Amino acid sequence: MSEQRSAGRSIASRLDVARGVAWRSVHNFLTNPAFLVPALMFPLFFFVSFAGGLAAIGEVPGFDFPSGYTAFQFVFVLLQSAAFGGVFTGFAMARDFESGFGRRYMLAASHRSGIVLGYALAALFRAFVTWTVLTTVALVAGMEIAGSGGEILALYALAVLVNVAATMWAAGVALRVRSIQGGPLMQFPTFLVLFLAPVYVPLDLLSGWIHAIASINPITALLEAGRGFISGDPVLVAAAFAIGLALSLLFTAWARGGLRSAEAAG
Amino acid sequence: MSSSLGNQVGQLARRSVVRTLRQPAQIVPAIVFPLFLLAVNTGGLKDATSLPGFPTDSYLTFILAVPFIQGALFSVMNSGTDLARDIETGFLNRLALTPLRGAALLSGLLAGATVLGVVQAVVYLAVGLIAGAEMAAGAGGALVLVLLSVTITVAFGTIGLFAALRFGTGEAVQGLFPVFFVFLFLSAMTLPLDLLTTDWFHAIASVNPVTYLLEAIRSLLIEGWNLGDLALGFGIAAAIGAIGMTAASSALKTRLVRT
Repeated sequence: MSEQRSAGRSIASRLDVARGVAWRSVHNFLTNPAFLVPALMFPLFFFVSFAGGLAAIGEVPGFDFPSGYTAFQFVFVLLQSAAFGGVFTGFAMARDFESGFGRRYMLAASHRSGIVLGYALAALFRAFVTWTVLTTVALVAGMEIAGSGGEILALYALAVLVNVAATMWAAGVALRVRSIQGGPLMQFPTFLVLFLAPVYVPLDLLSGWIHAIASINPITALLEAGRGFISGDPVLVAAAFAIGLALSLLFTAWARGGLRSAEAAG
Repeated sequence: MSSSLGNQVGQLARRSVVRTLRQPAQIVPAIVFPLFLLAVNTGGLKDATSLPGFPTDSYLTFILAVPFIQGALFSVMNSGTDLARDIETGFLNRLALTPLRGAALLSGLLAGATVLGVVQAVVYLAVGLIAGAEMAAGAGGALVLVLLSVTITVAFGTIGLFAALRFGTGEAVQGLFPVFFVFLFLSAMTLPLDLLTTDWFHAIASVNPVTYLLEAIRSLLIEGWNLGDLALGFGIAAAIGAIGMTAASSALKTRLVRT
């Protein structure tokens, strides 16, 4: 009984820490245009550029996506914004540790894993803000959605998994490097893995080296499942969720290692 | 320091070039990042050549123009960040105590961007040709392409100098990067202007100067010698450079009065 009470207190304490860290991160995000504007504008520019500038790609022989090219690109930009929401939160974490604020977190927190949880909650919040704006713009632009309500929820659930995985990846780097100089290390692999998936056309229309890489890239399954959800023709559902969960767990372990490294550094 | 303008420019140019070459963090992304996107776009969009009206059967040749503009965008960041650092560390204040002329300062600071521009252009072109891109204008066209690329790089570099002098911090200069990326993204970057089927996108791309810089580069790669496109490309680059230099000179005067 006393063990249960102690475990309950431990979880409550962790959540208190997470709430405090998340509140500060969200406050910084919402009140500083230097953080808010790029988070909203970058996905919109990608969406506008891909869906608007490449609309003719939808007429390429063999391209057969029932919901049209706007919906095809929306899924990519949604997952991309999920990933970069996590990476930008990693930047904030690195900045906090560089300025010494992270060290104060470490001294004050009764359960330090609550610090990482707090940043993860903030990353999820900023992703929801971005998705709201992105979805509104896509619908105003005439995006066709053939999927059911449940399928669209599943699409956003996939985006949540991508956001968690990317946040944990970036947190692991930020906690090890503890400087904003680690930014490229968070950003470049994320960018690489996203763009080595079938971004512009379906996998079947790719050929050569990019087809070979996209075929083994885990992001491909997430993209194809997401595009299946929006067009009401779900594919690779189990594989996509399994990959999303596996990446989240793997990078959570990576972030835990980073936390230990930050603790050891003092 | 001698008061002769040539000597002043030379001293600062040497410093700017050495500083650029000593910073792999400036050189490597400016070369690698555009080449990575070149590879990805070529692989992902090569079926676009089957669209009726596409000007070439090689998407690589078509998209090869883009790295030259992306490389020029890095010039905004590099030249601006270097000058912002000089402002933040007080080096500009020390220069203000010398008889250095403003024109010498600005021209000298662009030397690093110019050298990097040449390196970038040669690397992009060499990689493109090795990968199988065509150069319709031949060897002479390659030289003109490098010259055009450097002109664009220097023109964009003047905007970096203006931002650094106006705002005085590297962070503000870095903040310009997304703004310039928007110009690239809202241009005829991935498809020719005639194949931009979305009306509003076509309208924006038609008035976006980056579209015509891309078309000037593409004319050498795809058509051969199209003097109209080339004149427009060089003219737009020169205009951007003149506007950037005028704005930077004005901002320099204001900053030196403040110090």
